Amino acid sequence: MELTFFLQQMINGVALGSLYGLIAIGYTMVYGIIRLINFAHGDVMMMGCYFAYFGILMFSMPWWVSFAVAMVLTAVLGITMDKGAYLPVRNAPRISALITAIGVSFLLENVGLVVFGGRPKGFATPAMFSEVYEVAGLMVPALVVWTPLLTLVILSGVLFIIHRTKTGRAMRCISLDMETTRLMGVDVNRIISVTFAVGSAAAAAGGIMWAMRYPEINPLMGIIPGFKAFVAAVLGGIGNITGAMLGGLLLGVAEILLVALMPELAGYRDAVAFGLLILILLFRPTGLMGTKLPD
Amino acid sequence: MLRVEGLSVHYGGIHALKSVSIHVPEEKVVTLVGANGAGKSTLLRAVSGLVPVSGGKIRYAGRDILGIPSHRIAREGIAMSPEGRRVFVNLSVYENLLMGAYCRDDRKEIDRDIEWIFETFPRLLERRDQPAATLSGGEQQMLALGRALMSRPRLLLLDEPSLGLAPLLIREVFRVITKIHQEGTTILLIEQNAMAALHVADYGYVLETGEIVLEGTGKDLLCDERVKKAYLGET
Ligand SMILES: Nc1ncnc2c1ncn2[C@@H]1O[C@H](COP(=O)(O)OP(=O)(O)O)[C@@H](O)[C@H]1O
Ligand SMILES: [Mg+2]
Repeated sequence: MELTFFLQQMINGVALGSLYGLIAIGYTMVYGIIRLINFAHGDVMMMGCYFAYFGILMFSMPWWVSFAVAMVLTAVLGITMDKGAYLPVRNAPRISALITAIGVSFLLENVGLVVFGGRPKGFATPAMFSEVYEVAGLMVPALVVWTPLLTLVILSGVLFIIHRTKTGRAMRCISLDMETTRLMGVDVNRIISVTFAVGSAAAAAGGIMWAMRYPEINPLMGIIPGFKAFVAAVLGGIGNITGAMLGGLLLGVAEILLVALMPELAGYRDAVAFGLLILILLFRPTGLMGTKLPD
Repeated sequence: MLRVEGLSVHYGGIHALKSVSIHVPEEKVVTLVGANGAGKSTLLRAVSGLVPVSGGKIRYAGRDILGIPSHRIAREGIAMSPEGRRVFVNLSVYENLLMGAYCRDDRKEIDRDIEWIFETFPRLLERRDQPAATLSGGEQQMLALGRALMSRPRLLLLDEPSLGLAPLLIREVFRVITKIHQEGTTILLIEQNAMAALHVADYGYVLETGEIVLEGTGKDLLCDERVKKAYLGET
């Protein structure tokens, strides 16, 4: 195998993987704090794409304003979802919250179908992100550079919040012992909402990157990336943010390499994710970086 | 300061507290003794708003606090060191103390209080940046106590602070409790170690299967035949 070919594939794999990782941040944050697999996370990502789409097309905002507004709106959607759907079942058995999450997922998808229509819409990728550079014989699309960069910025931001701020300290405490955290005077529900907001905003950023990579958006577009992000999160050890990023990279590289090395198996690329999920659940359910969680 | 009147708590079919009334006057130490399962923790948890109450009243600083969410009760100046220590195991000792001061904004005063805690418990200073999980049981108990103090509570609820500690450490814990009390904090103390508790307490209640069966000053209870028999291990 040629070196340039290999490098080319690795670059693509890292770009795709960091995208999975970016979406997985929200998954893993929410799980970390309230042990909820938020099945609606991919659909929240989809909503973020539509917010950005309408920002550019209907309100003719500059792309960066539209992206920022989309992230804020998606954060608000995340808070609404938490307050409206998950807060009422917070003290119910965990299975109730899980079923609620599936319900929220269907709700968002179907509201999307009704309001936005089922026909895919072309996403207007800003010129800056659609260029392709040629570097040392490698074809480097701008997105392949921007996606990992943006991911790195958001990942650092999230890690900063969690490890260096008072709110983040409260998040870590809630994940360990919600009741005792209350005794410290922490408004636990508020902190959980902040977690949803941050995770959803990150998902919106990931979704927008996704939409530029595959520039057609539709109300069901969140399902596959949502699932891949879930696998990334489990792979890295669900609840662990750095782990989610590693899991995403691993999954992205594995997928791209499969397609590159065995093009005849390209149709199975989604199966790679399923296969990895099954393997990890069988042999190392706590993931690569996960530790045993207090139940 | 704290007045509990006719408090009842049910866990499903279990009637854990049956119309319990206690009074904790300002700047006093009141203790609640009783066997395992008597309902001592339940009473503290009800005061902190952690368990739903089925009847009665809880008045604190002249206000009804029943039904107020836990975090708001904490902000009113009630701190609890819960049963089983419950320190935040992944957080460092220092971060645990900061969590205790969560409701405060006076950064300088917080630093001063943390210094005070470290002076009082030098062992904690040695382990300042280690995760609380690496502490011994006794050190974790010190940390739980220190964390509760970091909110500068007006009323301190202590649930078995000496549980599982070596005798030397137990004495240390009671020394600190006395010190905190002398500095003006009101304390409601739960203990299985009835002897030590009644010695530091101004007033005590004896709880049996969810009911107050006896009350009196610490001295009186220490001399009471029934208390001696049941809780002080004398015959
Ligand atoms: N979460 C709970 N669910 C059901 N029963 C409980 C719960 N907590 C305590 N109990 C019961 O309530 C009674 C009082 O318990 P507790 O207040 O913990 O007693 P103590 O602190 O005096 O040992 C016991 O019979 C105990 O089994
Ligand atoms: Mg108890």
